[in-house]
Amino acid sequence: MSSSYFEHDADIGIIGRGLTIEQSFEAAAHAVFAIITNIEAVQPLTGIEIEFEEADPELALVIWLNQILGKSRESGMVFGHFYVHRQDDHWHGKVLGEPWREGLERGVEVKGATLTMLSVKQIGPVWESRCVVDV
Amino acid sequence: MNIQPLQALHSYLWTLPKSKNEARAEILLYGSQPLLASMDDKVLEQIANVAALPGLVGAAMTMPDAHWGYGFPIGGVAAFDAEQGGIISAGGVGFDISCGIRCLRSNLKLADAAPLLQRLADRLFATIPAGVGEEGSIHLNPQQLDQVLTGGAQWAVKQGYGNPADLEFIEENGRVSRAVPDNVSELAKKRQRGEMGTLGSGNHYLEVQVVEKIYDQPIAQTFGLQEGQLVISIHCGSRGLGHQIGTDYLMMLAKAANRLGIRLPDRELACAPIKSPEGQRYLGAMNAAINCALANRQILTHLTRETFNEIFPQAVLETLFDVSHNTCKEETHEVDGKPRGLHVHRKGATRAFGPGHPRLPQRYRDSGQPVIIGGSMGTGSYILAGTRSNPAFASCSHGAGRAMSRNQALKQWQGKTLIQELLQQGILIRTRSMRGAAEEAPGAYKDVDIVAEVTEQAGLARRVAFLRPKVCIKG
Repeated sequence: MSSSYFEHDADIGIIGRGLTIEQSFEAAAHAVFAIITNIEAVQPLTGIEIEFEEADPELALVIWLNQILGKSRESGMVFGHFYVHRQDDHWHGKVLGEPWREGLERGVEVKGATLTMLSVKQIGPVWESRCVVDV
Repeated sequence: MNIQPLQALHSYLWTLPKSKNEARAEILLYGSQPLLASMDDKVLEQIANVAALPGLVGAAMTMPDAHWGYGFPIGGVAAFDAEQGGIISAGGVGFDISCGIRCLRSNLKLADAAPLLQRLADRLFATIPAGVGEEGSIHLNPQQLDQVLTGGAQWAVKQGYGNPADLEFIEENGRVSRAVPDNVSELAKKRQRGEMGTLGSGNHYLEVQVVEKIYDQPIAQTFGLQEGQLVISIHCGSRGLGHQIGTDYLMMLAKAANRLGIRLPDRELACAPIKSPEGQRYLGAMNAAINCALANRQILTHLTRETFNEIFPQAVLETLFDVSHNTCKEETHEVDGKPRGLHVHRKGATRAFGPGHPRLPQRYRDSGQPVIIGGSMGTGSYILAGTRSNPAFASCSHGAGRAMSRNQALKQWQGKTLIQELLQQGILIRTRSMRGAAEEAPGAYKDVDIVAEVTEQAGLARRVAFLRPKVCIKG
């Protein structure tokens, strides 16, 4: 499982890779929160569940990322650990993190995941999920 | 951008000839040859996609500061006629709905205030919640938030955040009608509860600037500007609420377009006919977000005044103007000699009504609307005036516009070093995010002087004053 970035003029393209579609989603979430803070310093103190229905895997990626971002702002927390499981069209996720505190690096706010350059596809044995996030 | 396929209509206006444009409508790109050449190819691709949307009136246009966005290019302008199947697009408005700039003029001179600027910077940084994860001190219950969404800056003034005189100098007098709080999701409302009166992060800022140069003395006098005067610019938008509305409706409109058989050349152009139930729902939610942004900038204005008065008890800060640059507004424009009611999308573009426009305050009726081109934290900003002959549905550039990606900027600059360099130039930066500072390096933006000059030469607005930053609070 790994994450990286691709170029976009104003915003940031994120890429998540894994051996399953779920792993690629988890890595994509990691890429998003690594823009927001030093993700390695985030402690998994509190867990929040995320559930949604979506048949289209590409739209599911956008919903997944946006739900996490929404929960982050709603709860005043920052997340560093991401787990997601898919059963047919039902997606069930859990994210772990902690409230913002002194000492956590303040990066850049991510407003939302967009449909730009959106793709979820298998390349050989690896699933790759990507889109542009608005910052 | 590869400008080979483009044809120059004059030095600052270009078009994609019909033979190379399969889209339905004309495409116009405002800008000089070097500015256009510096843009990403995606700008042309994206505006060509916009030109293919149903119900578009006139041309799909880009402003001189255009760059690659999502769906619409940033700096994109397009007007649609609801009576002819015209659409409304969340991608054509942007995630930060009604992001814009409030400019305040002060009665202070830099020469007098200079010894206290460092203290002012520290106090503003302590008072204005800025940056990712920062909350404001105002926490609203659901009923109060709904009042914000229908009341805008008028609500904020009623709560004691500012003066009734401010309202005259805000677009729509600080409040748009037809806002429907019920069309805003619970998640969007929850995201906003701690975010009223916050600046956000990214390219948002609060700057104390000095009027360094006047280009048009009579209009500057009307605007109340003179060389050496301190002014304050506040750049932010509708915060978490607007972001979540963008997210919610992007998905909803994408599905609506599919259901209604609208062929989308790019999924990010997700849209629905203005008259459809989905289009009407988005309009109601978007108008609520506009009111949220106007209230937010009003509260920040109040916090700024309080801070200034701590340090400069004699300070008077008056609202020069407040103008948004991520909206879709219902306006009347003359098309082929006849007035038509249109829904004008301006994404990363500013409204710029010219002299005589009935929706301008009396003070600016003869000069045209103050137009603000925000710069980056190390360069400067411009105040311009709207022109009577603006050919772009009264629209204008909104900023310098990025010239380099955030990733590239991060490789080229370090936040701490950059802040030191700007200090050497007499610019005090206050931020919690070194990453944010590096990404927002002035060198990552187009030359704002050129953007403003070309904006004037293209006939979109005329330059009135140049503002040099002295203090910048970054999110």
